[in-house]
Formats: sequence, structure tokens, C-alpha cells
Amino acid sequence: MADVNRGNRPLSPHLQVYRLPLAAITSILTRITGHALVAGILLLVWWLVAAVTSDAAFACADWVLRSWIGFIVMTGAAWALWYHLLAGIRHLFYDAGLGLEIETAQKSSMAILIGSGVLVLLSLILFFAF
Amino acid sequence: MRYITPLKAAKGLGASRTGTKDHWFLTVTACALALLTPVFMLVVGRAIGLPRAGVVAYFGQPFPAIVTGLFVIVGMLHFVRGTRIMLDDYLRGTALKVGIVVSVIFSYAVIAAAAYALARMGLAQFVLV
Repeated sequence: MADVNRGNRPLSPHLQVYRLPLAAITSILTRITGHALVAGILLLVWWLVAAVTSDAAFACADWVLRSWIGFIVMTGAAWALWYHLLAGIRHLFYDAGLGLEIETAQKSSMAILIGSGVLVLLSLILFFAF
Repeated sequence: MRYITPLKAAKGLGASRTGTKDHWFLTVTACALALLTPVFMLVVGRAIGLPRAGVVAYFGQPFPAIVTGLFVIVGMLHFVRGTRIMLDDYLRGTALKVGIVVSVIFSYAVIAAAAYALARMGLAQFVLV
């Protein structure tokens, strides 16, 4: 079988070594960011409940929220939220049958990646400036 | 030829007759959240860093309370549907059932916790004075 001339046909992708196109990576990131947002909402709701519980509870939650752990979680959540928002809007267009061409999807992928980065920087600037 | 009756096509429920509602619910909540998210981030960003009394007073105001309440409720309902799609994709059998139960319980627990906190803060000025 190995010696059979198969001609110059395109081969189907080997799933283990298949390099995902950018549009596939940005698509699966939508799901990942959506679920990772659990960390952000948990931290925030814990902080809100602590504020109506006791001084000690609030001191603990507030310390975590404003420590470097909280900074990483909240900055990550802000990015995930912006990313999920932009990618979600793209999925609404996908649902309407728009932007499904490979080149358009490539461009929208870049727009989502760059856009979410810019928006999270803007959010951080707004947060620390005011 | 189409093997689908005009009625079936008009109903638009697909082969399983379920799931279309979930998809539509995700679409509607996605639109709501697209508008809510930037406002929510601004609201929360202004509250982080306040002392405890400041946080309670801040979320006692109508606008921050309503935006935060809406975001958590609509966000977690959106999360339940989104998680369900992921669970359906990756899990089977008992693991799938357990996953769905856990995600639903978790989501409503988060909603209840946030609603409780916001209610306490909204009532704080009347109850604690």
C-alpha cells in the first residue's frame, strides 16, 4: 500500500499535528474566556457579600481584591470580558450568516485580539486615573 | 427536494425540537450583556478601593445597584446556557448530568449571593440607622 502512487492530492489534516487557523483559535478562546470569567464574578460577589457581613470579612475580601492576586484576577477578567464581548458580537454576525469567509474571519480575529487588548489597557488607565 | 414540511420549517425548532430556545436565549442575553458590560465595568471600577461604609453606600444607590444586579442575574443565566453547550460537547452520561446540576446550582447560588448583598446595601440606610 505504501508504494501506491496517490498522486498530488491534498491530504486530510492529521488532527494531532493540525495547526489551528487563527479563526479557530479566536473561536475556542470565546468559550475559554466565558468560563474563566467565573473567577472574576466569584471574587466580586464574595467582596459584595463580605461588605454586608462584617468588618473582618470585608477586610479579608478587600485585601484579596486589591492585592496582586486580585489585580491579576480582575485584569484577567477585564480582558476576558472584553474579549468575550467582542467575540460574542462576532458570533451574532456569524449567526446572521455574515463574516464567514476565511479572509473576513481572519480579519475579525485580528480585530478581536487587538481590540480586546486596547480596551483592557483603556480600562486599566481609566481605573487608575480616576 | 426538502424532507421538511412547511410547518416544521416555520417553527424553526430543528431535528430535536429543543435547543432553539436556548440558542435564542443566549442571543437575547448576549445583546443585553453587550450593552450592560461597559456600564458594569465602570460602576465596579468606581467602587473598588472604597472603605466598607463607602461600598455599602455606593451600592445602596439605585444606578450601581440595578446595573450590578442586572449584570449578575443576566450574566449567570447566560453562563448556565453557555456552560450547558460546553458540557454537551465534552461530557457524556453521568458526568454530563452531574456537570449540568453543578453548573445550575452554582449559577443560582451566585445570583442569590449578589441579590442578598445588594438588597442589604439598598436597605442599609433604612435598617441600620
